[in-house]
Amino acid sequence: MSAHENDSGAPHGTRRDYVTGFLLSVVLTAIPFGLVMSGVIADVRVTAAIIAGLAMVQIVVHMVYFLHMNARSEHGWTLMALIFTVVIVVIVLAGSLWVMFNMNHYMMPQMAPPAAHGAPPMDMGGM
Amino acid sequence: MAHSNPTAAAPMTEGATPIYWETEPHHHESGSSTMLGFWLYIMSDCLIFAMLFASWGVYGRSFAGGPTSHELFDLKLVAVNTALLLFSSITYGFAMIAAHEQRKSAALRWLLVTLLFGLGFLGIELFEFSELIHEGAGPGRSAFLSSFFALVGTHGLHVFSGSIWLVTLMVQVARKGLIPANVRRLECLSLFWHFLDVVWIGVFTFVYLLGSMAS
Repeated sequence: MSAHENDSGAPHGTRRDYVTGFLLSVVLTAIPFGLVMSGVIADVRVTAAIIAGLAMVQIVVHMVYFLHMNARSEHGWTLMALIFTVVIVVIVLAGSLWVMFNMNHYMMPQMAPPAAHGAPPMDMGGM
Repeated sequence: MAHSNPTAAAPMTEGATPIYWETEPHHHESGSSTMLGFWLYIMSDCLIFAMLFASWGVYGRSFAGGPTSHELFDLKLVAVNTALLLFSSITYGFAMIAAHEQRKSAALRWLLVTLLFGLGFLGIELFEFSELIHEGAGPGRSAFLSSFFALVGTHGLHVFSGSIWLVTLMVQVARKGLIPANVRRLECLSLFWHFLDVVWIGVFTFVYLLGSMAS
C-alpha cells in the first residue's frame, strides 16, 4: 500500500491497489455464489460458515484496497473510530440475536398463543 | 508583569485600539478535517445498517406461513447486481486516480461509467422489488419481508443518494475543473461509494445467499 499524503491529508490508492482489490473481490464473491448456487457441499451449516468467513475476508479486502484504511491516516483516528464502531456493531448484532433467540426458545411451544400473528405455532420456532 | 504572560489581557489605555494575542498556533487549511469528519459520518451510517442487519437476523426466518426466502430470491439477479456494484467500485477508483493526476476528461468519463453501473444496480433492484410486490410478497406480508425491504431498501436509497451526488460532482468538475475543493468532494463520495459496496457484501451474503439456502 503506497499511501502518500495529498493536500487534503487523505491517503489514496494506486492503480495497482484498485486492480488487486478488484481481483480479490471477484474471487471472494464468485466462490460463495458458486457454493450456494451449485450446492456442492451437502451440509448447509458448513456452507453457511464458509460464505460468512469469505464475507469477512472480503470486507477487510475492501477496507484496505478501496477505503485505504491504515493506522497512519489522520494520525490513527480513522482506525480508532473504526474499532469503536466494530465493537458497537458486534454488541448490537450478537446481543440482538442472543436475546431474541432466547426469547423464542422460552416461548416455545406451550406458551405461544396460537394464531397470534396468523401463523400456526410450529412456524414460530425459527429465528 | 503583563508582558511576560501572553495569555494575559492586553493593557488598555484610553483611546488606544485593543490588542488581542493569538495564544494557539493556528494554521488549519480549509477542509483539512473534512475527511475525518466524513469518516465519522460513515461510521454512524454503519450503525444504522448494523441495526437493520440485526432485525434481519431476528426476523429473517419469520415467514408467518407466507412465501419463504428460499422460494422468493433469484440468485442470478443478485449475482448481476453484485457484479454491477463491484465494477462501479473499480471504475470509481480509476476516476479518483485520474482526478489526482488532474486529468479532467478521463475523470469525468470514469465517473459517468460509475454512474451507469449505479443506475443499472438501482434498475435491477427496483425490478426485483416490483416483482416481489406483484407476487404478493410486499413488506407487509411477514416479518421476514418487512426486515428484507427495510435493509435492502435502505441500501438502495443510499445508492440513489450517491448517484445524485455523483451527478452533482460531475457538473461541478465539468464547470470548475479539478480544483482542490472538488477533489476533496470526490474523495468523500469515494468513501461513501466504497462503503456501500462493503454493506452490499453483508447483504448478498447474509440476506440472499444464506436466505436462499433451504434449511
